[in-house]
Amino acid sequence: MSSRIPYIASNTFREAIRDRVLYNLIAFAVLMCGASILVGQISIGIERLVVINLGLTAVSLFGVVIAIFIGIGLVSKEIEKRTLYTVLSRPVQRWEFIVGKFLGLAGTLVVNTFFMAIAVFLALLYVSQRFQTADGWVLVALYFIVLQFLIITALALLFSSFSSPLLSAVFAFCLFVIGSFAEDLRGFAAMAQGSTRWLATGAAYLVPNFSSLNIISSVAHGQAVAGTLILSETAYAMVYAAMAICGAVLIFERRNLK
Amino acid sequence: MKPSRHITVVAAGLLLVCLLTSVLLLQQVDRMRSTATLQEVLYISSPRTLKRLSLGYDGLLADIYWTRAVQYFGSKHFAGSQHYDLLAPLLEITTALDPHLTVAYEFGANFLAPQPPNGAGLPQLAVELTEFGIRNNPNDWRLYYDLGFIYYMELKDYTHAGDAFARGSRVPNAHPFLGVMAAQMAQHSGELRMAQMMWSTTYQSTQDRNVRANAATHLRALQVEDDVTNLENLVAAYRAKTGRLPASFSDLQAAGLLHEIPVDPLGHTYKLTEDGRVEVRTPDEFPFLTKGTPPGYVAPPPRFLPSD
Repeated sequence: MSSRIPYIASNTFREAIRDRVLYNLIAFAVLMCGASILVGQISIGIERLVVINLGLTAVSLFGVVIAIFIGIGLVSKEIEKRTLYTVLSRPVQRWEFIVGKFLGLAGTLVVNTFFMAIAVFLALLYVSQRFQTADGWVLVALYFIVLQFLIITALALLFSSFSSPLLSAVFAFCLFVIGSFAEDLRGFAAMAQGSTRWLATGAAYLVPNFSSLNIISSVAHGQAVAGTLILSETAYAMVYAAMAICGAVLIFERRNLK
Repeated sequence: MKPSRHITVVAAGLLLVCLLTSVLLLQQVDRMRSTATLQEVLYISSPRTLKRLSLGYDGLLADIYWTRAVQYFGSKHFAGSQHYDLLAPLLEITTALDPHLTVAYEFGANFLAPQPPNGAGLPQLAVELTEFGIRNNPNDWRLYYDLGFIYYMELKDYTHAGDAFARGSRVPNAHPFLGVMAAQMAQHSGELRMAQMMWSTTYQSTQDRNVRANAATHLRALQVEDDVTNLENLVAAYRAKTGRLPASFSDLQAAGLLHEIPVDPLGHTYKLTEDGRVEVRTPDEFPFLTKGTPPGYVAPPPRFLPSD
């Protein structure tokens, strides 16, 4: 890996921190504290379930929003502020800039998720009084959420490389929604005939499959996750994110910045 | 005072005043709007549509609908309602969103099946809901128990009740009472003992506060009925022995028929009437009581289940 990429990544990380991205942690902490106290009033026996469902859903949604809204500005903001020209006038390749930006935002999201995970586990400890073996699967669900973030960040970067921030946000969010319906899309393809079937099948495989990366409900019930599934999902997320970054690099390499 | 400080003070004061006013106005709006209308609305009734709209976060949505179902039943039961039109769809949506949320099936068995005002009076829907739960959680013995419970208590269908208990008894780590209940169903005799056994199992196995309180209330009522039957038998025995009715429980003690003055499950002494009947002193505290109440007693409108 180029030695310049870590510099770009660390600058992106610092910039995100300066943009007060981590302020969401305060909102998250308040949400988890409130939920932990309130769920006890809902129904005995499902406090743990509610805390896991609420906590992991909030981690996921907070992260998706950050990934989209920071990701779409990664390139356009540099162009707008004209700092991109300073960076590219140095011996920095355009692909290094894109990869560095991606790693910087991914790092921000990992740090953010780490702190939110601590809040989830503290809330879990508060309502259950002790940790259970099944709580370990919550870590797997958090890992899958991080994998979702990698894909969304890469997509936001892809759209950011050729479109305006507003349109990029719309595209990225739409793809997140469609990706959540990926299983339905596949079901639709199975029912369709002829060319529609091929088109629907193609679309189902082209859009990111976020639904397979969402295991919140099953880990909330303490269901185990197979090691092979973890490996497959990791490989899928890496490959898909790499594909989106390659697309971003291809577009950005050809983009006229004058 | 500096102009900027002056503005800060005024803006902060205005902010607080506006906040307070908005709260007061909202309270006014709440009073003007019909809460019943708001509660009876189910904006999206299709579980499949809701599952799709949840974008994969169906677990959290199920928890929200589960909370809504509990609050809906609780508030309507407190108001003494005879109709629980939304309870079945709310539980259907909850379990469609999260088929492993077993407390929802248990709630359905306990509050969807009984006749109003203690439930929605929809035992067939409760059976369907529980069967759906069994299909999705075949190794949870409590669901077979809930199914047998509905057949026994509400539908008086002992064959199907026995079948449900027998199926449940074959599940790994099933409660040992299930096998006993399956056997009892074959003869469906000793209904009081059977009912006590079933409510005890519900009380011990449930994790839901409302279901537990309901089971405790039924158990107290069954205990009173058992006590009243036994005490009235003793009164009959005393009459046969002495030719007259006892004036108090002390007479029964003096005759060697009773060891100590009996008390009901809430600690009050029973009342022995002049015509030899035994009654509870506080019938309002024993919903579901079919014996031991004063003649012509009309139970008050049901209130939310007392704490266990």
